[in-house]
Amino acid sequence: MSLQALTYLFVGISFTIYIGIAIWSRAQSTNDFYIAGKGVSPLANGMATAADWMSAASFISMAGLIAFLGKDGSVYLMGWTGGYVLLALLLAPYLRKFGKYTVPDFIGTRYYSKAARLVAIICLIFISFTYVAGQMRGVGIVFSRFLEVDINTGVIIGMCIVFFYAVLGGMKGITYTQVAQYCVLIFAYLVPAIFISLMITNNPIPQLGFGDKVIGSSTYLLDKLDQVSIDLGFNAYTEYSKSSIDIFFITAALMFGTAGLPHVIVRFFTVPKVSDARKSAGYALVFIALLYTTAPAVATFAKINFINSVQEVEYKQAPNWFKNWEDIGLIAWKDKNNDGIINYSKGNALEGVKPKYLDDKEGDYGERITTNSPDFSNSNEIYIDNDIMVLANPEIAQLPNWVIALVAAGALAAALSTAAGLLLVISASISHDLMKKILMPKITEKQELFFARCAAAAAIIIAGLFGIYPPGFVAQVVAFAFGLAASTIFPALFLGIFYKRLNKEGAIAGMISGLIATSSYITYFKFINPQLNVAENWLFGISPEGIGFLGMIMNFVIALIVSNFYSKPPKEIYQMIDEIRKP
Amino acid sequence: MKITYWQINLIILSFLLLIWFVVSFGFGIIWSEELDQFKIGGFKLGFWFSQQGSIYFFVLIIFIYVLLMNKLDKKFYKNSKDSQEIDKE
Repeated sequence: MSLQALTYLFVGISFTIYIGIAIWSRAQSTNDFYIAGKGVSPLANGMATAADWMSAASFISMAGLIAFLGKDGSVYLMGWTGGYVLLALLLAPYLRKFGKYTVPDFIGTRYYSKAARLVAIICLIFISFTYVAGQMRGVGIVFSRFLEVDINTGVIIGMCIVFFYAVLGGMKGITYTQVAQYCVLIFAYLVPAIFISLMITNNPIPQLGFGDKVIGSSTYLLDKLDQVSIDLGFNAYTEYSKSSIDIFFITAALMFGTAGLPHVIVRFFTVPKVSDARKSAGYALVFIALLYTTAPAVATFAKINFINSVQEVEYKQAPNWFKNWEDIGLIAWKDKNNDGIINYSKGNALEGVKPKYLDDKEGDYGERITTNSPDFSNSNEIYIDNDIMVLANPEIAQLPNWVIALVAAGALAAALSTAAGLLLVISASISHDLMKKILMPKITEKQELFFARCAAAAAIIIAGLFGIYPPGFVAQVVAFAFGLAASTIFPALFLGIFYKRLNKEGAIAGMISGLIATSSYITYFKFINPQLNVAENWLFGISPEGIGFLGMIMNFVIALIVSNFYSKPPKEIYQMIDEIRKP
Repeated sequence: MKITYWQINLIILSFLLLIWFVVSFGFGIIWSEELDQFKIGGFKLGFWFSQQGSIYFFVLIIFIYVLLMNKLDKKFYKNSKDSQEIDKE
């Protein structure tokens, strides 16, 4: 069967399964819709959490990013897993014991204040929409490359599927579809990784393989990659190139941000018991670790394969995948020295970095012409989008077609599962926190459920628009999402549980100062003065990606100081905290 | 004075979070370069901690916490329904 037919088959089968599950697990009540009736087993919840967490970014982009960054990429590996330790130890069991529906629910109740709830809702919606935009782009890329349909059609198909099971099934439908999606995505990630590990090092376990010797030689793969990288003008692959303080702060911001992400936290509301919430976080991390420990191996293999298959190869002899991805616009080649040979090294190939293609003419060797002028400060001739590393990896390694089709289905599973989880927290925060708790407290449960479904539908349409008209700032706002979660939501939850004396004045002052400090720092360097975004101008050498951690410390300090100027929280709050501290 | 459930919980938490900090921020970042002098197989040790080891330890930490807390829950609260009665004592 052709690659396209196989891809249609795999994607078709997986989509049918998702829809089947959605019909089987329809939500009947708000309890079902928001938290799956608190009836999800810890193992299933662990899997669902893993699928929820591992987005298109984890599946598609992360390995490519690490391949490009080398050891600097470790911030994502440690940051996006270490947060689960904080969740399991500091938040999940207590929030489960609290036993309500949403994160703003906890903040609003604990700090006995509608204002606190509103601040939490604003942060939550901002964080979640930032995230959703990235998922829809992932769906679009997969559809356009592998199913050869228009990106817009791809996004609309994706929207319909999510619409179906999120609006119908709510949290219950989403949870069980996510379990299926986890199985698809992890299988799709591991199979090519194992194949490639065998090909390069003859070791079937990728986690060990990338520390092994290259077949037929006595050099270790990582030593070889270090050498090749240095020869091409890059940093050694296994050494940090950023400053320690920046690496430290970025990792911390990602960890505390992860622990403060509403769509992850809310998953722990769905299990039956407090002890299940702890166990479930452990399972979730096992399932996540399976992919996250494979990713750096994939990154190493992909980098060495990529260099081997394009460096100093004549363009006319370039492999098929190179031209396929050039057609999609994620690779470009600018022959700076007019020798018809591809040269890869450090630096930008093109002025303005992103290629702008001229469509009606071909270059001397049949390449797509870019209108950018070449960047002559270096000799690199290739523009490559990090996103294609995982998707192109099976093609680069010349794996069979069914593996490539599997990767396409896996990438869709990763994007759809995360999108659905996010859409649900958005809809719950609007129907439950905004409508029921602030604007229209008199609505019945049935009406609330109706509003929840409407909000989910509206959120899907907005997310779809993000996919069809992708805003140029998606990559920049990821720092925003984690920075805000770390500097607003995490401290409010943590102090709410561990420091009884914190009153609403302190909590609100803390959240607002964290919000303002983090967002103004990021906005200044990412949007207002991007040309100043270099280490010399940063506060203490901390990049915008890591500023969320500083914002979090600020939040703590201000919350504690302000809190002391106002009266203690009411007695009921002390009782409530005592209650959630019990198992 | 008897030590309470919450105090034991805090001791366990601090101990495990210390390990969490050392394996990631410590071995993976602060002392990573020093550790790179040692090698296990083809991995420099500091590099291994930053891309593999820290993650394995994270998993371990959560499961140790689950185990310890399940024991502690049993000791203080035979089952969750009893919790309120014990509290009154």
